[in-house]
Amino acid sequence: MLKGGVIMDVTDAEQAKIAEDAGAVAVMALERVPADIRREGGVARMADPLKILEIMSAVSIPVMAKVRIGHFVEAQVLEALGVDYIDESEVLTPADEEHHIDKHKFNVPFVCGCRDLGEALRRIGEGAAMIRTKGEAGTGNIVEAVRHMRTVMSEIRKIQSMREDELMAEAKRLGAPYELVLEVHRTGKLPVPNFSAGGIATPADAALMMQLGAEAVFVGSGIFKSENPAKRAKAIVDAVTHYDKPEIIAELSKGLGRAMDGIDVRQLEEKELLSVRGW
Amino acid sequence: MRRTIIGVLGLQGDFEKHAEMLHRLDGVVPLVVRTPEEVRSCEGLIIPGGESTTVGKLMVRYGVDEAIKDRAREGMPIFGTCTGMILLAREIEGSDQYRLGLMDITVRRNAFGRQIDSFETDLQIPAICNSRPVRAVFIRAPIVSEVRGNAEVLSRLPDGRIVMVRQGPHLAAAFHPELTDDTRIHQYFVDIVRGCASA
Repeated sequence: MLKGGVIMDVTDAEQAKIAEDAGAVAVMALERVPADIRREGGVARMADPLKILEIMSAVSIPVMAKVRIGHFVEAQVLEALGVDYIDESEVLTPADEEHHIDKHKFNVPFVCGCRDLGEALRRIGEGAAMIRTKGEAGTGNIVEAVRHMRTVMSEIRKIQSMREDELMAEAKRLGAPYELVLEVHRTGKLPVPNFSAGGIATPADAALMMQLGAEAVFVGSGIFKSENPAKRAKAIVDAVTHYDKPEIIAELSKGLGRAMDGIDVRQLEEKELLSVRGW
Repeated sequence: MRRTIIGVLGLQGDFEKHAEMLHRLDGVVPLVVRTPEEVRSCEGLIIPGGESTTVGKLMVRYGVDEAIKDRAREGMPIFGTCTGMILLAREIEGSDQYRLGLMDITVRRNAFGRQIDSFETDLQIPAICNSRPVRAVFIRAPIVSEVRGNAEVLSRLPDGRIVMVRQGPHLAAAFHPELTDDTRIHQYFVDIVRGCASA
């Protein structure tokens, strides 16, 4: 039950302990944070199982790990290792440009990324237990996270206000399973929890995503690429708990040291974007 | 009818669903609480499912733990579900994580394996209803491995494992009663709170 929490990217046991002490609800075990993957290039794959086991033995909170989009054998490996959640992630280099993993085949719950409602419902149709809007990982720039969350939320509101006999055409337009479109129409929300990821670097960023409708946030490079990770990690956790209390966010944002260096997403070329991976 | 203020601890986890459930009960005012002052204003408190290590840390960080213990000493009933049950226990197998320790029970975290996300089953809970079972949703759930003192078992799985316990005014459930449409368990807790208030 990760709702209302912060999931933090970590690359070793020491960082995992810092994240747990700060109050993270889970950690994402990685070999490189997205900012380094972006800088170093090459093919990014599932982490070394030794690295994942090292992190699992260091903390009592749940541990997630990433697999390449469509790489169901990496997912089988992570399930065999006993990780708590799998992220089928665009941050790694896709293994299949056409098919995502059939997540119904696994016991371990999956989280998947999306940029809009159609993509979210396709992943849920494949068995994702949680959705996160993608943002643009490794940039420290919140703009894409905001765009994706606003898109999903406004598309939900639109479906909610439609007549039931308009939903099949909308399902066709979205490229989404009709039954899930009908469920969104009836409930006014996604059938699974909706989290935010990709570009969160400050407590105010995290609170912004919560106020826009995220139920929890992922922070990748934003913590361990900053000047004072322990302090910033704690401040982001507190900001998510008290996301609607500006006076508390003002207090905890003081003197956190330098945030990670950000990237203007407009300066990135299409081939450098991670969020366009997967469909 | 006099209105009863039931707090739902809102530091992290499934607090909104509990508040929605309480909202459906007559004469109950649900209040999502995050500060010691807010905890002190409640007549009863629900500690919801979440990540127990995280919620425990945040309770201490915000001073909510002492407020809960103070109110418990004054007789305020507390209902812990899933993570809430772990935090109410005196003993947690293989863990030194923070707990309130208000109930004489030992719990085992992730008792069904850390990867089994969830399952549902029908539970017999004679204290609540002899005829109609309660549908229970278990998510990465703990169980009660030992019950001591005057703590009383309210329900078990068919294999005998303990999943619901009452001790005096406090209640603990391994499952998520807020995730079904059945309000009987929340009503049972509200009745305990009202019984304590009128005693």
